[in-house]
Amino acid sequence: MTLDAASHALPDAALPAATLLASGEPWLPVCALTDLAPERGAVALVDGVQVAVFRLADDTVHAVQQLDPFSGAYVMARGIVGTRGDAPTVASPMYKQVFDLRTGRCLETVGREPEHLSTWPVRVADGTVYVDRSTRSR
Amino acid sequence: MTQTPPPSKHVVIVGGGMVAQRLVEALRARDTAGAWRVTVFAEEPRSPYDRVALTSYFSARDPEELSLGDPALWDDPQVTLLKDCAIDSIDRAAQQVTDRLGRVWDYDELVLATGSDAAVPPIPGADLPGVFVYRTIDDVAALRGWVEERRKSGRPVRGAVIGGGLLGLEAAGALKALEVQATVIQSGTHLMNAQIDLGGGEALKRLINAMGIAVRVSTGTKEIRPSRRSGHVGRLDFTDGGRLDVDVVVLATGVRPRDELARVAGLPVGERGGAVVDLACHTEDPTIWAVGEVACIEGRCIGLVAPGYAMAEVVADRLLGGEATFPGADTATKLKLQGVDVASFGDAFAVTPGAMELVYADPVAGVYKKLVLSDDARTLLGGVFVGDASAFAGLRPLTGRELTGDPGAYLLPEGSAPAPGADLPDDANVCSCNNVTAGTVRGAVTEHGCTDLPAVKACTKAGTSCGSCLPLVKKIVTSELEKSGVTVSKALCEHFDLSRAQLFDAVRVTGLRTFSEIIARHGRGGRGCDICKPVIANILGSTGPEHVLAGEMAALQDTNDHVMANMQKDGSYSVVPRIAGGEITPEGLIAIGSVAQEFGLYTKITGGQRIDMFGARMDQLPAIWTRLVDAGFESGQAYGKSLRTVKSCVGSTWCRFGVQDSVGLAIELENRYRGLRSPHKFKLGVSGCARECAEARGKDVGVIATDKGWNMYVGGNGGFTPRHAQLLAEDLDTEALVRTIDRYLMYYIRTADRLQRTAPWMEEVEGGLEGVRQVIMEDSLGICADLDAAMAAHVDTYQDEWKATLDDPEKLRRFGSFINAPEETDRSFAYVAERGQARPATLAERESGAVLIAGTTLEVRS
Repeated sequence: MTLDAASHALPDAALPAATLLASGEPWLPVCALTDLAPERGAVALVDGVQVAVFRLADDTVHAVQQLDPFSGAYVMARGIVGTRGDAPTVASPMYKQVFDLRTGRCLETVGREPEHLSTWPVRVADGTVYVDRSTRSR
Repeated sequence: MTQTPPPSKHVVIVGGGMVAQRLVEALRARDTAGAWRVTVFAEEPRSPYDRVALTSYFSARDPEELSLGDPALWDDPQVTLLKDCAIDSIDRAAQQVTDRLGRVWDYDELVLATGSDAAVPPIPGADLPGVFVYRTIDDVAALRGWVEERRKSGRPVRGAVIGGGLLGLEAAGALKALEVQATVIQSGTHLMNAQIDLGGGEALKRLINAMGIAVRVSTGTKEIRPSRRSGHVGRLDFTDGGRLDVDVVVLATGVRPRDELARVAGLPVGERGGAVVDLACHTEDPTIWAVGEVACIEGRCIGLVAPGYAMAEVVADRLLGGEATFPGADTATKLKLQGVDVASFGDAFAVTPGAMELVYADPVAGVYKKLVLSDDARTLLGGVFVGDASAFAGLRPLTGRELTGDPGAYLLPEGSAPAPGADLPDDANVCSCNNVTAGTVRGAVTEHGCTDLPAVKACTKAGTSCGSCLPLVKKIVTSELEKSGVTVSKALCEHFDLSRAQLFDAVRVTGLRTFSEIIARHGRGGRGCDICKPVIANILGSTGPEHVLAGEMAALQDTNDHVMANMQKDGSYSVVPRIAGGEITPEGLIAIGSVAQEFGLYTKITGGQRIDMFGARMDQLPAIWTRLVDAGFESGQAYGKSLRTVKSCVGSTWCRFGVQDSVGLAIELENRYRGLRSPHKFKLGVSGCARECAEARGKDVGVIATDKGWNMYVGGNGGFTPRHAQLLAEDLDTEALVRTIDRYLMYYIRTADRLQRTAPWMEEVEGGLEGVRQVIMEDSLGICADLDAAMAAHVDTYQDEWKATLDDPEKLRRFGSFINAPEETDRSFAYVAERGQARPATLAERESGAVLIAGTTLEVRS
């Protein structure tokens, strides 16, 4: 099991999507761990928001916003996963900015003003991946 | 001096070679006031050309490829170039010259730059048809024509080069390139005896033999005898009684200064010819100068271009009132034969009193290296390199200076010790052809903002004549860029110290087939990044048959390769089915049209003669490709670093002017190289005649039909830095053409840098165009069988990536929209109609609610 701590909580404004969970339960199951290919992203809908979910080589899972802040396109899950020093990263497939998957921080701006990604806490339990719908970092 | 500007004075330059050109350049560059009018009388019917590169005329065949400097020089109103116009006499008293047409010209100053001609030795039969010298473009063209005529008999052509010096070996290499069985006849004890010692000469002989060229040393030629049947050259008789049957002979026994004008004008000439000049390049007559090979300076004539250039600079300076003197001759030489490294510089024979010689010899590897040092073993005096001249460019500028560290380290095998270079003093001369110092090269980076080798070459002229200093220039530039914080390391990224080419070799040799194994063995830890992962995927793609999405490989791919489509600015994709050679049936057009219609895709004809469909969501790609595969289409790999298209004109099938079936060949080539992964995308073109409607010379490989076969051009591209492809080979039949393209592409794939197109690769690869030609057409590295096998493996294992994906449910899973809601559609796209088709909405249109189309399956309102 792994848990990513978010810096501070920010509830999502709209929660229109149907959910399998009782209301009030923050941990949304999104898929089985084995549904995710190692070092490749997938997209989950979390209360209508597109969230990019990444499984690393050590089966750690991270979740960041699917919206690429530099291009305005919903593409982050299609980026290449790697490392910068110790930081697990994803590179935007559009203009190649690199982000720390743990914090959403932009590590390589490719000459632009830095913009960062929101992250969500993720938990893996009994082979299922859960995203904390109540806690979106900024 | 008068108060008003004086009318310009007239300098006449007799001779139109490289040194004359340099004199005009130097004078025009510095004479900003226009004090001098210049008239150049050239004997040859062409502008000055790069005689040093004469051998490359065998491959380039276009005299323009040998042109020197900026052709605009000859449009300068202060400059007049009279071609095919030799000067017959000089009247020193009247300060006039008379040209071969009898016209008389006044001069204020006269410069003799008549150069040399090939010395014809007094051997009986030296005037027979089939005996050539090797000095001008016309000589080389005549030699080539003669050999091609002989080759028509179908029997191997046998040739001999008399003279085993620098020029003789180049001539022998040229004969070899014309598929002549060549023998070099050397009267001295060893090859290149003017430059290198006996030990070096013996190592060189082994290298020359290994190229398939025979060598006879200590052999005098008594007579050249005619064939009884034809009257042409037929046999050489040697002084030792030996004989050699020949169809062609090249005389390369030396050059003789063209000093006949000086002699007739009564100017002093040297013991072995040449107009005697002082260190200011002045003859005894105060208005007459001599420069280049005709000048007898410091008691001798020098048959090298670099000292000639130095003399030209001296005269230009003096004409403008300067005090320059000849700095002494740099007689360093380097042999320009691919695969044979020979160089010597300075006191190569250790004639300095007390000089010490430090020798490293490896007869098995054909390597001989020698440094000549002062008696205290500290100051470098000269050197000889055979078989491995990697240290030459760095050591030559240090002649006369103290070496740092152990001199023996410079002689160790290549790569085991760093060659000197980056730390050269600023005043060390790096490029002796163009007299460029290390400081000037550094200044190009620090003051003129050059950030790569081509920019530095353009800025300083370093390395633009013979090119032997380029490795050194590159090293200085690299070191300077590093100092200014620009990273130029060949290391791929933080995860690999290797360059792409090194990594390619590592993968090929070790046979590792997964990223995890490769980074564990060759990497520096970590899990890779968006630089190294696609490179490794690409290398694995070039070297093996696995599908782009096979196993761990899928995680390495850039999104385009991962979903086998091209991502566009809004995150949608475009789809390009292969239309080989641009040929498509009406049924095919209808099928593409109906797919585009059904999925609401924007369609556009591409520059590569196919059709691009834009605006597909990732989850739609399998359905789109199911339709396309059913209609007989396959992936066009528009997304890959791989073959894009083979563009063709309609060719002889329909065209009134076509001479070959360009469409047929284009389809054959496209089907052969489809899916081949490479360092950068590459394109081919095939034109059915010389009108070149397919724009093949703008492609990485261009093929142009001739009435005898195909001409093959390489290294062209459009894009950011357009390049015309250069002629590699002429009149190939289809089989030879395909084999040559196979090898060219594989050689490029193995040795190019990441994202390096063929044109910059050809600039960096050893030997340039000529080097590539020798590697792939003469197998000078012995790798052709390997290259052929690699291409055969590609052709045998090709599969359509899209069809294979559609057949594999596991691979299709990655195209789903949402992992927790696969039935949901991604609603993030917004389109508006323009000219009857959809296009992505701008941000302003999205915000104003002007969006007409949400998603791409809705019908376009127009």
